[in-house]
Amino acid sequence: MKNPIDPLLSKPASAASAPVLSVSDLTTSFLIDGIWKPVVRNVSFEVAPGETVAIVGESGSGKSVTSLSIMRLLAKRSSRIEGCVMLNGRDVLSLPEKEMQQVRGNDAAMIFQEPMTSLNPIFTIGRQISEALTCHGDISKIEARAETIRLLEKVRIPNAASRFEDYPHQFSGGMRQRVMIAMALASKPKLLIADEPTTALDVTIQGQILDLIKLLQEEEAMSVLFITHDMGVVAEIADRTIVMFKGEAIETGTTEDIFHKGKHPYTRALLSAVPRLGSMTGHKWPLRFPTVDAATGARIEPIEVADTVDRRTQPILKVENLTTRFDIRDGLFSRKIGAVHAVESVSFELFQGETLALVGESGCGKSTTGRSITRLVEPNAGKVDLDGRNVLSLGTSELREMRRGIQMIFQDPFASLNPRMTIGATIAEPIVEHGIGKPTQARQKAADLLERVGLNADMMTRYPHEFSGGQRQRICIARALALDPKVIVADESVSALDVSIKAQVCNLLMDLQQSLQLAFLFISHDMAVVERVSHRVAVMYLGEIVEIGPRESVFGNPQHSYTRKLMAAVPVPDPARRGIKRNLKADELKSPVRPVGYVPPTPNYRNVGSGHIVRIEA
Amino acid sequence: MYSYIAKRLLVAIPTLLIISVFVFSLQKLLPGDPVLAMAGEERDPQVIEYLREKYRLNDPVPIQYAHWLGSALQGDLGISLRTNLPVLTLVGQKLPVTIQLAIMSMIFAFAIGIPMGILAAVKKNTALDYIANVVALSGLSIPNFWLGIMLILLVSVNLGWLPASGYRPFFEDPLNSIKTMLMPAFVLGNALAATLMRHTRSAMLSVLSADYIRTARAKGLSERKVVLEHSFRNAVLPIVTLSALLFGELLAGAVLTEQIFTIPGFGKLIVDAVFTRDYAVVQGVVLCTAIGFILMNLIADVLYVVLNPRMRANL
Repeated sequence: MKNPIDPLLSKPASAASAPVLSVSDLTTSFLIDGIWKPVVRNVSFEVAPGETVAIVGESGSGKSVTSLSIMRLLAKRSSRIEGCVMLNGRDVLSLPEKEMQQVRGNDAAMIFQEPMTSLNPIFTIGRQISEALTCHGDISKIEARAETIRLLEKVRIPNAASRFEDYPHQFSGGMRQRVMIAMALASKPKLLIADEPTTALDVTIQGQILDLIKLLQEEEAMSVLFITHDMGVVAEIADRTIVMFKGEAIETGTTEDIFHKGKHPYTRALLSAVPRLGSMTGHKWPLRFPTVDAATGARIEPIEVADTVDRRTQPILKVENLTTRFDIRDGLFSRKIGAVHAVESVSFELFQGETLALVGESGCGKSTTGRSITRLVEPNAGKVDLDGRNVLSLGTSELREMRRGIQMIFQDPFASLNPRMTIGATIAEPIVEHGIGKPTQARQKAADLLERVGLNADMMTRYPHEFSGGQRQRICIARALALDPKVIVADESVSALDVSIKAQVCNLLMDLQQSLQLAFLFISHDMAVVERVSHRVAVMYLGEIVEIGPRESVFGNPQHSYTRKLMAAVPVPDPARRGIKRNLKADELKSPVRPVGYVPPTPNYRNVGSGHIVRIEA
Repeated sequence: MYSYIAKRLLVAIPTLLIISVFVFSLQKLLPGDPVLAMAGEERDPQVIEYLREKYRLNDPVPIQYAHWLGSALQGDLGISLRTNLPVLTLVGQKLPVTIQLAIMSMIFAFAIGIPMGILAAVKKNTALDYIANVVALSGLSIPNFWLGIMLILLVSVNLGWLPASGYRPFFEDPLNSIKTMLMPAFVLGNALAATLMRHTRSAMLSVLSADYIRTARAKGLSERKVVLEHSFRNAVLPIVTLSALLFGELLAGAVLTEQIFTIPGFGKLIVDAVFTRDYAVVQGVVLCTAIGFILMNLIADVLYVVLNPRMRANL
C-alpha cells in the first residue's frame, strides 16, 4: 500500500518527521455519582505522518473515550481530560472552545461506528458535506457544491452529482459510511480518527470501506488512528497497534510484534479468542475455543469432542420449501405494489445434537427463516416438521405446546431481558406458564440452570442491569433451556459480544450441546465463528439457500460464487496480509424486493458429494 | 404527497360521521325538553304539538338524525331556538373572535415555550434548567380563572394598563382589538407554553445525544448551529404533532377564559346555548369545533411529512 514516490509514506514510523498526533499521559475521568472516576489512565502514544495506528480493545477498555478526548467531544460538565494532546504541534487541551471548533474537521476529522445514525436525517447529504467546507473556510456556495461532488466521487459513490440532493435514508449503510468519509476528508485533515468504522457493516461492505480508507490514505497522505475491537481488521490495516485494557494502554508495538510476540497475558488471551477463518482445516467436528487466562497467560488448548450428531434417527427439524414474503403496499387504497421475498423455497434438515449454521449478510433472510420456523412470523408456504408435528398447521394452544420444543436466543442481551423482572423470575416464568412445575419447582430449576450456564444460583434475585453483556446472554440461554427444548434457534446470539466473551459463550453452547444433545439452528453473519461451531452450513443469499453441506466441505471447497465472495471478504488476523486490497467493486447488497406477480425461477442444484449441494448459477 | 392528503381526508369522513352521531344523540340524552321551555308557562297542548311538528320531534330518532345530517351537509345547521337566527350565522359571527384568541394564545405559547425548552435542554441540570421547570410547573398548576382574575386586578384595576373587557373586532379596530385580547391570550397560552416547554426540552435532550449531533460537532460546527439547525430541526417534529393536540385543549380553555374576560366568542356561545337548551346551537358549535380539531390534526400530519424527508419517501 505504500506509495514509493512519497518520502513520508515510505518510512511511516520514521523519527525524522514530527508526529501528527502526540498523546502523553492522557487521563480522562467521568463524573459518576459525584465522584470523578478515571476511565482512561496515563495513555501515551504518537501517530507519525502517513502512519496508521490501531487502538484495539474490548468494550469498556477506554478506546473510544481516548479518541473522543483527543477531539474534546465529551460532555464538558461530566468529563475531565488531563495530560497533553499535541495535534499538528498545537496543544489541543488548552485551546478555547472557539478555536477547538476550527481544529475539529480541519486538523483532525472523525468517522464513527453507526453510519445509519451518524448522519442528520433531515438534511441532504450534499448540505451536510458542504457544511464541513463552509464552516472552516472562505468558500462560496457554488464552489462548496462542486467540491462536495468531487468528494463524493472520491469516495466512489456512483453518480455522485445526482446524489447531492439525496437524504441519508436513501443510502445503504455502506454508502452512508462513504458519505461520512467524504465529510471527514472535506478540509483535507492531517489525521483521520476512525472509531469502529466498519463494525456495523456487512462483511463484503466492510472490505470495501477498508480498501477505501487505505486508498484515500495514499492519495491524501493522511495519518489514521483506527479504533476497533476486531483483530482481523487490525492485522489488515495498522502499521502499529496499541492494546487497551480497562483504561490503560498495556502494550504498544508494530502490528507484527503484537500478533507474534505479544508479551502481555491479556494480548495473548485476546488473540487466542479471535476466531480465524481457515483454522478448522483438518478438524471434522466443532471445536471449543482455546482459553487463555488474562491474568497469568496460561493457555488451555481445547480437546476434540466426539461427534454429537445422531444421524440414524429421523431429523428433529425438517423444513421443506419454506417461503415467507412481506407485502409492500402503497397509494390511496394501500394496493399491493410488490413483495419482499424474504425467504424463498428454503429446505433443510436438522438432526438431534447437530448445529446447522445459516450464514449470510443483511437482508438475506436468515433471521426471517428462524422466525418463520417458530411462527413468530407467518410463512406463506412450505412445510415445517418439528419432532413429527406439522408446525404450520397448529392452532393457538398447540402452537404454545410446540414452542416448548423450540426456543430462541436473540442478538441483543440488553434488550431481550425484561428490566423489571429478577433473572430468577425470568428463567422460571416459562416453566410456570406452561404448567410444567409449581413455582417452587420452577425456582429450583432456574437455580440449576444458572449453575449450568456458568453463573451462581444466588444471583436469582438480581435484576438484568446488574450483569454484563456476556452474563446476560448466559441468562438468555438459561431461559431458553427452561422448557427442555430439543431445538434452539440462536439468532446472531454471539454477534454483539466482545471477542473473549464470544468465545466463552460459544464454548458454553458447545458444552450444552454435548450434555443435552441439543440441536442448534445457528444464525450468524460471522463466517469465522460459524466455521468453529457448526456441523453443517447453509449459505443464504436473497432469501434462498445457495449452498449447503458439511462445514468441512463448504469451507474447504466453496462452490457458489457468493460463498467465495463472502469468505474472501472476511478479515484474517494475520499481519502478513496487510496491504492487500480486495478490489471489491462499490456495489451494494441486492434487495429481494419483487414486483407483483413475480414468479421466482425454479432453482436447480447440483450435488458436490457427501450432502454438499450447490445452487447452479444462471 | 397529494395521495397522502387525500387518504387523510378520506379517513376524516368516518371520524366526522361518528362525531355527528355522538353530537346528535348527546342532546337527545340530555334532560329537559326544549319544547316545554319554548311553550312558556301555559303549556298549551296545541302549541306543544305544533312545535313538535315544526321541529320534527315526532319522527323516529334515526329519521331525525338523517334529516339533521342532510341539512348540515348543505350548510343548514338549523335555527337557534333562542334567537331565531340561523346557527350558521351565529357561528360565523363568533368564530373569528375565538380564532383570533386562539392564534394569539398560540403565539404566546410558542414564543415562551419553545425557547425556554431549548434553553433548558442545552443547560440541562443547571440553575437555568431548574428555574424553567419551576416556571413551567407553576404555569400548569395555576388555574386559568384564578390567573385571569388576578391579572385583571393587577393590570387593569390597579395599573390601568389594559382594558379588562370590551372586545373590539380585529378588522374594525386592530390596535384596541389586540389590546383587549392580550390578557386573555396570555392566560390561555400560559398553560400551553408550559406543556410545550416540557416537550421541547425532552425532544431536544434526546436529539442532542444523537449520533448525528456528535458528527455535527466533530466537523467543527459552532454550538449555535449544532443546537438551532441540526438539533432543533429534528426536535420540532414531535412538537408539531403535540401542537395539534394542544389546539383541543385551547378550545376547552377558551370557554372559561371568554367568560372571565366577557369575550363574545365561541366559548360564550356554547355556554349560553347549553343553559337555554338551545340544542341546534350546541350541535352546531360542537360539530364546528370537531371539524376544526380534525383540520388541525390534518395540517399537523401534513406538516410532519413536509418536515420529515424520511416520511416523504414513504408516500
